[in-house]
Amino acid sequence: MPMLTLDALTKTYKTGDQALKAVTLDVPAGQVLALIGPSGAGKSTLIRCINRLVEPTSGTATLDGVELTRLGPAALRRERRRMGMIFQEYALVERLTVMENVLSGRLGYVGFWRSLTRRYPQRDVDEAFRLLDRVGLLHMADKRADQLSGGQRQRVGICRALIQDPALLLVDEPTASLDPKTSRQIMRLICELCAERGLAAIINIHDVALAQRFVARVIGLRMGEIVYDGPPDGLSPDKLTEIYGEEDWEATIEKVDEEDDAVEAAE
Amino acid sequence: MTAALPPDATHRELDDILGTRWRRPPLVRRAWLRWALIVGGLLYLVAAIASVEVNWARVYEGLDRGAAFVMAFTRPDFVTRADAIWDGMLESIVMTVASSVVGIAISIPIALGAARNIAPLPVYMVCRGIIAVSRALQEIIVAILLVAIFGFGPLAGFLTLSFATIGFLSKLLAEDIESMDRSQAEAVRATGARWGQWIDYGVKPQVIPRLIGLSIYRVDINFRESAILGLVGAGGIGATLNTAFDRYEYDTAAAILLLIIVIVMALEYVSGIVRARVQ
Repeated sequence: MPMLTLDALTKTYKTGDQALKAVTLDVPAGQVLALIGPSGAGKSTLIRCINRLVEPTSGTATLDGVELTRLGPAALRRERRRMGMIFQEYALVERLTVMENVLSGRLGYVGFWRSLTRRYPQRDVDEAFRLLDRVGLLHMADKRADQLSGGQRQRVGICRALIQDPALLLVDEPTASLDPKTSRQIMRLICELCAERGLAAIINIHDVALAQRFVARVIGLRMGEIVYDGPPDGLSPDKLTEIYGEEDWEATIEKVDEEDDAVEAAE
Repeated sequence: MTAALPPDATHRELDDILGTRWRRPPLVRRAWLRWALIVGGLLYLVAAIASVEVNWARVYEGLDRGAAFVMAFTRPDFVTRADAIWDGMLESIVMTVASSVVGIAISIPIALGAARNIAPLPVYMVCRGIIAVSRALQEIIVAILLVAIFGFGPLAGFLTLSFATIGFLSKLLAEDIESMDRSQAEAVRATGARWGQWIDYGVKPQVIPRLIGLSIYRVDINFRESAILGLVGAGGIGATLNTAFDRYEYDTAAAILLLIIVIVMALEYVSGIVRARVQ
């Protein structure tokens, strides 16, 4: 049985825009997939409809047999703990410390007073330190989030998602606004961590070459519909044209290997 | 790409434009309306100034009194009425502190309710209603009403200032909440946080500098207002000031005004330091 199942998931905004048109999709446990498509194709809406930061209009999303789309507020909060989210532009709370940002991933588990007084269980604190160490930011724990560089912030964002102890990661444009080298490091880190912990992930990403390099499955979304679902090397120029529209794709596809070598050498 | 636009067609349009003057498009596009507004505005200004009647004989008589008042500042008298000044100051400070604390404490939940991006519509309407009432009623009018109910003294002043603080602080804080960064709050919500935790982690850190800045500014305003409210019987240093004026003791009045100025400037200085720190 797949871990996550979307069945005819549809979102129509109040303005009448159909962001998702009956998207049906199965994600097996532990699979990392990339969701590509032009701006406005509905990538962000799709992952937000899964943890219901955006309410889907119709259709169902089911996580491990729990139908997310029909949960009441309390049950939804419980299920959200199992879906870690990593954001475009990091979405760290800038005036909180790195540690507070990481620990905020535990908010779904701890009571209100514990979180208000910042007295988290020692287990959570230890886990936060372990995660920060894993991403190389242990010494930054007491820095304020807005003192960090873009790449560092996204690492904190990753820790915040992982400390939730999720089964699924929802990743929204993790590398937008990062430089090419940092983008790769972040993508590599996310994929490594998913492999280590056996997490499934849906990664929205603009950069086709980057997606092709790191994931086993690519979904192409266009105008709210899935137009490609397959391995990364099946993305021919024709397919990319179908997803994004007319352009010269040869350069994008070929570039992948050369650029990789260059970056690898630089590191 | 270039095939879509024939090259000679673009050329012809550009050729027409080259050499013509470019100006910023005017705010009011219709020329006759623009000039009508300008001329009308000037005429109104002239008429308005001409309609103010000045009794120059009265002004001439009053100059002496004005001069006496101004000259009093060169020799302010802190001593003669020292007890009254001290009591009035103390009363004003107590009024300021108490009304600021109570007003701010009530303002915060109302501000949360008055932020459209947090509160459901019915709560929003109620909270905006409270703010509208508080802002519509000017302090002096509220003070006159409350003096009528509670009698002369600082209680009426305290209640007036608390009431006014709610309108001021809730409105500005609510606007700050409405303009916060949505993604930070969204990220906290995505962790499965409950409402209170969401406010504590996602919203509070974003608005706390503004809340502190506004609170200090409001303390400053409340102190200045406490000097005015005394004029309508609501206690504080204003009552002492009023008495001094009534007795034509301009030197004592000058002393009181100087003290008010010094305290307001000190508050201003402190608020500058605090606001720089919390940013």
